[in-house]
Amino acid sequence: MAVVDQRFSIDVDPSEEIMDIQMGPAHPATHGTIKFNLKLDGEVILNCDTEVGYLHRGFEKMIEQGTWTQAIPYTDRLNYVSPLINNVGFILGVERLCGIQVPPRCEVIRVIMSEISRICDHLTCIGMGAAEAGAQTVGFLTNESREFLWDIVEAVTGARLTISYTRIGGVTRDLPFDINDRVAGAFKNLRGVLDDCDKLLTRNRIFYDRMSGVGIISAEDAISYGVTGPLLRAAGVPYDVRKAQPYSGYERFDFEVPVGEKGDNYDRFLIRVNEIEQSMRIVEQGLREIPDGPIRIDDPRYVLPEKHDVYNSIEGLMHHFKLIMEGAKVPPGEVYQAVEGGNGELGFYIISDGSGRPYRCRVRPPCFYSMGALGQMLKGHMVADIITTFGMVNMIGGECDR
Amino acid sequence: MTPEQMAEGLRAAFGEKVRAATVALGETTLEIHRDDALEVFGALRDRPEFAFNMLCDVTAVDYLGTSPRFAVVYHLHSISLNHRLRVKIRVVETDAWVHSLTPLWKLADWAERECWDMMGIRFVGHPDPRRILMYEEFVGHPLRRDYPVNKRQPLVPERDPIETGWKF
Repeated sequence: MAVVDQRFSIDVDPSEEIMDIQMGPAHPATHGTIKFNLKLDGEVILNCDTEVGYLHRGFEKMIEQGTWTQAIPYTDRLNYVSPLINNVGFILGVERLCGIQVPPRCEVIRVIMSEISRICDHLTCIGMGAAEAGAQTVGFLTNESREFLWDIVEAVTGARLTISYTRIGGVTRDLPFDINDRVAGAFKNLRGVLDDCDKLLTRNRIFYDRMSGVGIISAEDAISYGVTGPLLRAAGVPYDVRKAQPYSGYERFDFEVPVGEKGDNYDRFLIRVNEIEQSMRIVEQGLREIPDGPIRIDDPRYVLPEKHDVYNSIEGLMHHFKLIMEGAKVPPGEVYQAVEGGNGELGFYIISDGSGRPYRCRVRPPCFYSMGALGQMLKGHMVADIITTFGMVNMIGGECDR
Repeated sequence: MTPEQMAEGLRAAFGEKVRAATVALGETTLEIHRDDALEVFGALRDRPEFAFNMLCDVTAVDYLGTSPRFAVVYHLHSISLNHRLRVKIRVVETDAWVHSLTPLWKLADWAERECWDMMGIRFVGHPDPRRILMYEEFVGHPLRRDYPVNKRQPLVPERDPIETGWKF
């Protein structure tokens, strides 16, 4: 009689044993930058150990190598869906060290561009999150809408993603003359897309069942884990850096902070949709009330002189040479500047030793700490819930791993 | 609470445990000794006048050439009272460890793992002190200022996850 290997015996039920599964980093829903080490009981997640670091590029080390201005392109590569917010956050910290107050027009431009970036971020999250849950149509709709917004970003900054738009004491260039028409056109499309998303998703039985009650994190846990942004607001804590510690003139704008109740994925989805609407309000207010005037300060210690002066005056040439070769001399000190990024509180802890280079620049990445809480959110849920929860956390690899 | 009031309040509350409480650029910085860390952080979290319910970030700064060489820097934030505080603990290179804050805030888990990975500060009492951004075979701590920026490390052989197993 042949001996049957016990493993293949019909009497052994494989679903009874605890299974170890590694999901990612090649899994399409993990964006190639994350791995879940799962302990499964059947389909129920007992433990989820999240592995990050696949996109680590040594951001903080690289920033120490160049001048302050050379650090700005690196900040583009943090959250590459909303690079303007990173630019603004970094430069606000540097300007606080220098004691610079930028002109009012520059402040409003920064707010407008930050909010357009935030809309892009939320659109990416909603579209990709829905597409990963099976609603592919929504993904195409939001991507199209985002493309129109990136057209605006391109018209303003000259690039779609790697924009490097801010400088110490200002921004690189002014808004184009037809910015009002461009924004009106893009927002008209965006409002239509939000309407469509609402019809396709909000009361969609399948979407609701997959999102509601999944990935819950309580307000207390969220605060303890350092989760901020839409995830914390979905849990019912109305904390928004733009309201709590206004920067760049946010206190002059009229907008609301949407707050959820349960802290599940469905609340996160609704909050992101609401925040898009609030961001559109801010952009429209900004464009209505934008003052005329210069877009950067006039201070040769920090701002490059006009090309005309570089070629025709010895002072201009010297300033240009010093700023390019040695970098702006930021006064010694340390500062922690928080801004509201697309996914939460984005903090820059910057130390200057008075030379032309940053001594240390630490980024507080919102995604990183949200990912730290992911294991807690997923415990007891099904494997399929990883996709929706991870989609609604909206991990951006460049920011999480730096 | 203004930053100046905060510095006063800290001196009143912690007395000689406060090594320095300074205000610069509208931010309060508190410097303490690592032996007092758990007690001071616990009080900062639980006392109603401070109520720092969120630990924003843990990082370290390498002041190469000075002694003590490292400063472990904590950023605290109170959502209810809307104020911030920076706490610093200086440690020397040969004895670079501080107490882990994992019993107080869950964020400390990942933040301290990253700080160990990047700067080589040990967090005593951390339940799971693995590297987080770099791989386990990596030698050294890349954010230290004496780690050369262009240094290469050998490729590690492929790991068999089934044979080596992985910790949960």
